[in-house]
Amino acid sequence: MSLLTVVLIGPLVGFLAALLIPRSLPQYSRAWALVISLTTFVDSLVLVGRFDRGQGGEQLGLDLQWITSPDIHFAISVNGVSLWLVLLSTFLTPLCVLISWHSIQNRVKEFYAFLLLLEFGLIGVFLAQDLFLFYVFWEVSLVPMYFLIGIWGHERRIYAAVKFFLYTMAGSVLMLTAIIYLYNRALTFSYPAILEMLTSGRLVFTAEEQILLFLAFFVAFAVKVPLFPLHTWLPDAHVEAPTAGSIMLASVMLKMGTYGILHFCLPLFPTASRNCAPWIAVLAIIGIIYGALVSMVQPNLKKLVAYSSVSHLGFVVLGIFSFTQIGLDGAVYQMLNHGISTGALFAFVGLLYERRHSLAIADYGGVATAAPWLSTAFLITTLASIGLPMLNNFVGEFLVLQGTAMANFTWAVWASLGVILSACYMLWMYQRVFYGEAGHEVRSHVFDLKLREWAVVIPLVAMMVWMGIYSQSFLAPVGKVTARVLEQTEVNVPFRVALPTHVEAANAR
Amino acid sequence: MPANFVSATDLIRFLPETILTIMGTVLMVLTPILNRRSSRVFGDLSLVGLAAALAGAIYAYSQPGPAFGGMLVVDGFATFFRVLVLVVGILTVLPSYRFLFRQDAETGEYHALLLFSIAGQCLMAASNDLIMVFIGLEISSIASYVLAGYLRDDKRANEASLKYFLLGSFATAFFLYGVALIYGSTGSINLTAVRAAISGQNAPSPMFIGLAAALMFVGLGFKVSAAPFQMWAPDVYQGAPTPVAAFLSAGPKAAAFAVLLRIFMTAFEPIGSGWEPVVWVSALLSMTIGNFAALLQSNVKRMLAYSSIAHAGYVLVAVTARSEIGTAAAMFYLAAYAFMNIGAFAAVSHLSGKGERYLSIDDFAGLGQKQPLTAAMLTIFMLSLIGVPLTGGFFGKFYIFKAALESHLVWLTVLGLLNSVVAAFYYLRILVMMYMHEPGDATSEAEPLSPGLRAALILPAVGTLFLGIFPAWVLDFAGRSSTLVK
Repeated sequence: MSLLTVVLIGPLVGFLAALLIPRSLPQYSRAWALVISLTTFVDSLVLVGRFDRGQGGEQLGLDLQWITSPDIHFAISVNGVSLWLVLLSTFLTPLCVLISWHSIQNRVKEFYAFLLLLEFGLIGVFLAQDLFLFYVFWEVSLVPMYFLIGIWGHERRIYAAVKFFLYTMAGSVLMLTAIIYLYNRALTFSYPAILEMLTSGRLVFTAEEQILLFLAFFVAFAVKVPLFPLHTWLPDAHVEAPTAGSIMLASVMLKMGTYGILHFCLPLFPTASRNCAPWIAVLAIIGIIYGALVSMVQPNLKKLVAYSSVSHLGFVVLGIFSFTQIGLDGAVYQMLNHGISTGALFAFVGLLYERRHSLAIADYGGVATAAPWLSTAFLITTLASIGLPMLNNFVGEFLVLQGTAMANFTWAVWASLGVILSACYMLWMYQRVFYGEAGHEVRSHVFDLKLREWAVVIPLVAMMVWMGIYSQSFLAPVGKVTARVLEQTEVNVPFRVALPTHVEAANAR
Repeated sequence: MPANFVSATDLIRFLPETILTIMGTVLMVLTPILNRRSSRVFGDLSLVGLAAALAGAIYAYSQPGPAFGGMLVVDGFATFFRVLVLVVGILTVLPSYRFLFRQDAETGEYHALLLFSIAGQCLMAASNDLIMVFIGLEISSIASYVLAGYLRDDKRANEASLKYFLLGSFATAFFLYGVALIYGSTGSINLTAVRAAISGQNAPSPMFIGLAAALMFVGLGFKVSAAPFQMWAPDVYQGAPTPVAAFLSAGPKAAAFAVLLRIFMTAFEPIGSGWEPVVWVSALLSMTIGNFAALLQSNVKRMLAYSSIAHAGYVLVAVTARSEIGTAAAMFYLAAYAFMNIGAFAAVSHLSGKGERYLSIDDFAGLGQKQPLTAAMLTIFMLSLIGVPLTGGFFGKFYIFKAALESHLVWLTVLGLLNSVVAAFYYLRILVMMYMHEPGDATSEAEPLSPGLRAALILPAVGTLFLGIFPAWVLDFAGRSSTLVK
């Protein structure tokens, strides 16, 4: 069995076995989930080791026929971008298991089973090379998240879960239409084969077809990202989800959208992507600023982090649609950064909630005196999130802004406003929660990190520092992929309209 | 070959109907003889009859070809639908044991009527002649009118039965008018001959043919509960005993679709461009009316009734595609739909309690905690009805919309898929109730699963997942059988 299959199937096996554990032994469910998720993490580390960094294409592929008519394959492979996203998923799942250890007491068995199923779906999305298989994983990952939010969430969990499900599904049925349409034209679901047909000119879309297909894919991805104005499900889902759900949702699930745009939209529909780029960039910038402004006025900690995600993901989309190598690299890096730092923010907010049982910023204050280590970890994460040099987000934001500036300087100016605003709302939040006089509730309930929690905090903080200092270890394989994507958006553009001259200039560089 | 000549092969090709009729009659005779204490025997015998008929249907396919001078035809298409309605029959009998016991209504006639109805549906699936279609339709319908009102003391059941009977008779009359017009204008009732007459040199006035096709569509549209002929479905499904409602939503519907496909894809295929817009509109109306009305329901059976209207709409999308791929997609979808819907009804039947007290969606509250197995199976059915991948419902929808796109029905595809998002909302309500609420009266009082119900839940769930993970087996067979004799 190939290594890729082991990484993918591990969580599925874990899920099926977890169903067999008796309900009366919750401790076994927890331990089993931890064992499986750690094993999968180790497998994915081996995968990173086996990955050939010198080569930009898809690697370690596996292609088995699943259904004969229509011809659907179980085709998976990994490239320099999906490698890190898989690693991100496998890295965060054990941390989610740990962070839920005590906070989930109700229906423990199902919780961990769904968490493993979710991991399976997410890894599958990033590996699938068959459009049909991609859609299957895309939808499969939806179901466990729906249950995670709906069963173990907070007060308005049902509303949030249903909204999340319907939003995503509405987007994805359009994508399904487009996938079937592509199949009827290309007679294959194989993504590499379709790309090959497009580059060789055996498959040509009219301008109208291309724009409609692009939009069908893009809307599905944009809902997931979420791009303004399709973001309204996100604050609800994030706030209501249990901590582990918020982490997986923010850190990995949102990346399904941006990964989809990068991996499918751009290479498949280059002309449409470039034609729509100005519109999408404007929406992304609105998202950056709007998300930041809304974060600023949030009285609820989780909602603040949720809206900051809208803002951060705006950078990713902006970077992608800058159509510059630097912008794309930055966008991918920002995907990973956001995964680590926002995942950490949700984790730490979860730790605060476990202690004080409130998400209202006003209920805190003076936490720094009660829990100095927790505060320090939170501070590092806050600084990372606002883009302090030497920490991870700085690298991504810098690259995105640089790439954007090469494409369109005005966009970059507006987007950098988001960086400034993020410093405002994050630091202000930090000040209100951690400094000041500790109230009675805080003093009596908030205690410092315990051993299990250290095990969550240390890897996250270590990653923030590592990714901030030695970004090249991640960016080298990413650059190979983004260069290829850029190249693909150049070819096969029979209906290409004249681009603004500065974009041409930037690409020529 | 003289028309009155009956050969041994003809009888083999007619095997399932014969077995079912004999078994049904035996049950009728046994009813007064057997003590009511041993009433389980009725169910057992009816299962034996259905299993034998299933074997008979498969054996009949070993000798495919026309029977009785071309009145019937045993081909892959007929066999597919015969097997489908027989499986539906088995899955109806399984939960009926417990249901009838609980309502104190165990009799042989329930099972006999069921067998007769299924015999009619087998006949419909195999008929290649408009009169045979009509006879099959009547056998199936009359038995199901009685079944709908089987619980005689229940007011709702009486209403359901009467309504079903009156509207059903109207619909059959429409169908018969259509047959009469065809016979009058072409001089034939054999589908192949009708096709030849329509497309031949001396074709009758297209107005006549169009009118006949429209009348037949009205009649069959009623049977499959397609909009705008769907009015009866919610009341009948709600009033009928739950296992019967399950049966009505899968068996007669599948058989009527078999007839619809056979008539419109053979006899009326030459005027396809004429009826396509009509079916297009009906498909869209069925999906939209069904899904939006289902959103508002609080009674599960009523909700499933509207959902069944919507699903008829999806199958009509496949009919609109007017291609062999569309026919195969419709066949696959009906199989998947039969599994998931019968399974869902079995769960409803399990939970409803004595006198069918608990039928509100709210009564599912906390089922996930009280009866994890029932809840898990129902989850599979709901996800399949929504159309989540790895379930039969997803592949069914996928194939249907793929066929539609191949026939350039882009708008119908987009509208149909958006419809399935609306549908997700009301199916999710059941999941929400089962897993995200605390147990209520209904789930706390629910009795443990009886063996029959357990089988009636697990078998369709296995079927649903099988069709979702390995769809190729069924789809290949459907694809090979979708080329109808013309």
